[in-house]
Amino acid sequence: MSLWEYANPVKFMRLSGAVLPWVSVLAGVSITAALFWGFFLTPDDFKQGSTVKIIFIHVPAAMLAINAWFMMLVASLIWVIRRHHVSALAARAAAPIGFVMTLVALITGAVWGQPMWGTWWAWDPRLTSFLILALFYLGYMALWEAVENPDTAADLTSVLCLVGTVFAILSRYAVNFWNQGLHQGASIGRVDAVTGADTAEKVSNVYFYPLALSILGFFLLFVMLVLLRTRTEIRVRRTSALLARERIG
Amino acid sequence: MPELGDYAFEVLLAYGVSIALILALVGASIWRAKRVTRALREIEARRDQS
Repeated sequence: MSLWEYANPVKFMRLSGAVLPWVSVLAGVSITAALFWGFFLTPDDFKQGSTVKIIFIHVPAAMLAINAWFMMLVASLIWVIRRHHVSALAARAAAPIGFVMTLVALITGAVWGQPMWGTWWAWDPRLTSFLILALFYLGYMALWEAVENPDTAADLTSVLCLVGTVFAILSRYAVNFWNQGLHQGASIGRVDAVTGADTAEKVSNVYFYPLALSILGFFLLFVMLVLLRTRTEIRVRRTSALLARERIG
Repeated sequence: MPELGDYAFEVLLAYGVSIALILALVGASIWRAKRVTRALREIEARRDQS
């Protein structure tokens, strides 16, 4: 059995229809549990006070904002190389999710930044690249809406996705590329983040476990929404085809 | 409700706005899925009749 079989809309609809309820339940349970755990059961940080609780939304949203774009990149490349319509529709379906996650990351970052940095916004490399990523998401969605022919729209948005990938990478590594600005470097991506000896730099397990659960929950939510929205896009395409046939008949 | 101290406004604002945005996204996705499915069923039923 090949993965490419699921590029067939009928097979994709059958598989996604079976998987969707389970992913939805798992996403709902894990996000609810993670946010309850993070909000109600974690202590205040000795430096940041209760604002540390924002991490349980900010970090998963920011991770999804970047990774949704990479998922769109892979789907767009599959469209460009193999011309599978389901992959182009999956890329289209993922864009609003990525945009909302970018918005959530920007808003929670601003709200967190105000008491910690003394400002809602700074033209810091990471913040600025995230803002540009949000604008790329908007442009990507607008381009899909603006072009009438779906294949041409898929081609053009694939090119835009390729260009926007530069900013998705910048959003992820801006702190490493430019060692300046207000935003700190990676907290949980470092090897010694959880097990390191430097306790001042370590992410305490008290925060790490609910954060890991929240990241899992957001990832499952993303999978659920991509499946749901791709199914909708396939149905929209089928509706258009049937209506066109009716008009001809 | 946990004691949020001086930063209660910021924490509640961050959670409130984020949850509202995510619920709006999920709600809009489900609503559109239902609307499109209903429209497709109607067209398919019309096609089967004719």
